[in-house]
Amino acid sequence: MNQPTLYNKEEIVVIRNLKKSFGTNHVLDDFNLTVHKGENVVVLGRSGSGKSVLIKCLVRLLEADDGEMKVFGMSIPDLSHKALDDIRARIGFLFQSSALYDSMTVLENLEFPLRRHKLRITRQEVDKLVKLALENVGLSGTESMMPSELSGGMKKRIGIARMLILNPEVMLYDEPTTGLDPITGREINHLMLEVQEKYNTSSIIISHDMNCVRRTANRVVVLLNGKCYAEGTYEDLKTSNDKNIKQFFD
Amino acid sequence: MNNPLTAWKDFFSETGDITRFAGRFFREGFLPPYEFNELLRQSFEIGYRSLPLCGVTGFIMGLVITIQSHPSMETFGTESWLPSVVSVSLVREIVPVITALICAGKIGSGIGAELGSMNVTEQIDAMEVSGTNPFKYLIVTRILSATLMVPLLVILSDTISLYGAFIGVNMKQVVSFHLYTNQIFEKLSFSDVLPSITKSFFFGFAISIIGCYKGYNTKNGTEGVGRSANMAVVISTFAVFIIDLIAAQIADILHFT
Ligand SMILES: Nc1ncnc2c1ncn2[C@@H]1O[C@H](COP(=O)(O)OP(=O)(O)OP(=O)(O)O)[C@@H](O)[C@H]1O
Ligand SMILES: [Mg+2]
Repeated sequence: MNQPTLYNKEEIVVIRNLKKSFGTNHVLDDFNLTVHKGENVVVLGRSGSGKSVLIKCLVRLLEADDGEMKVFGMSIPDLSHKALDDIRARIGFLFQSSALYDSMTVLENLEFPLRRHKLRITRQEVDKLVKLALENVGLSGTESMMPSELSGGMKKRIGIARMLILNPEVMLYDEPTTGLDPITGREINHLMLEVQEKYNTSSIIISHDMNCVRRTANRVVVLLNGKCYAEGTYEDLKTSNDKNIKQFFD
Repeated sequence: MNNPLTAWKDFFSETGDITRFAGRFFREGFLPPYEFNELLRQSFEIGYRSLPLCGVTGFIMGLVITIQSHPSMETFGTESWLPSVVSVSLVREIVPVITALICAGKIGSGIGAELGSMNVTEQIDAMEVSGTNPFKYLIVTRILSATLMVPLLVILSDTISLYGAFIGVNMKQVVSFHLYTNQIFEKLSFSDVLPSITKSFFFGFAISIIGCYKGYNTKNGTEGVGRSANMAVVISTFAVFIIDLIAAQIADILHFT
């Protein structure tokens, strides 16, 4: 799957020397990452290595301590609130816990980002987009269900539907297949690839699931001790002799 | 926690944090965009859903206080004063405080638990990346609706408790409703009602701001949610009494007696 041509493409996400610590816990320490247009980058790392922190810094849910972060060529730490909201509308974020709004139905969950980011949208347009988004994730007809009535896998898929509904150009998936059975996992991998192909999106995918990594990654980055420890295609890393890298593949 | 010095330090730093949280409410709460729909929804949730509980308690308080006061008033031969005495204590003190305590239990814990679980399941983060200021959408609406709804609940409970008192009076003697209301309104004046309603606004504000603060700052996963709800009730109950104490002093100074 190595596609060297990708490296000549436009750089969508650029992270340079990103630092983030909580007290004395230095989670990210000079982390670097570049994502090109249309590329899926998987970030591999042990639990607690700071993968979620990394993508949260990227949308400024957490303030980075230091470093440079650019998305679409705009420096994230320097954006005003208004500009940040505009950028966030172009970035899809799948939360590790799906983060569906408990008090709202599936329909209202999907409507929420639409109504918030596009103020002048009609009822018909909303219904059409919601229907399409649910079809995309294979969950048509669940509009009136509450999140508590959905299984874990369904929640993940509704979460993906909610991030897709605004047609973002960059996707941040936080462990999209963790805790799912292999079949549902495969479906979600397929969905992520489909989205990439259909809309030419760039994604950062956080995962421990090697099936997911193998299927979806154009490039894999290993996050260790707050740094980008290794980088390459799935095959490159799989054949590596470094014990820190090997442990993920055993 | 066992060191009294640390306990005091925690107490003051917590009070400071809540005050800062309130400051943020006043800074951000009145600037656009306004979340009217959510405000209405919250008012319904907070006001309407607490209505039966407050109504029933108000009725019982009116009835019980009357029944309890009757014997001692009879001893002094002042039973005919019963309606006026009872109504003043109900409206001035008992009903607002009891209603506020019920709201501290119901609204305070509800807000604390709801926001707490939204926080630990990343729903608040999800809201933020969806172009919504969660502080405005979740916090400001809840504080405003509680501040407006608690006084309404108090007024309603007042009315129902006076009706309960009427039934209580009629258990021992026969008084027509007309005579009863006449007696009440002869004694009950604007200076009894105004301080009682005024302090209810503060009750509502304190209960919701403490619930919101606790919920919004929940840590440590699901375990933290229970703690937040619990602490929201404990602190807001305490706050109700403190506000009541201060309100009584101020009313006294301003001659609302
Ligand atoms: N809000 C926060 N406050 C304090 N520490 C935090 C916070 N968020 C994360 N951390 C710390 O940062 C480190 C990395 O957390 P993070 O959630 O990014 O891990 P992760 O790589 O996503 O792990 P997992 O695979 O288990 O999700 C952890 O040690 C965690 O304790
Ligand atoms: Mg994580």
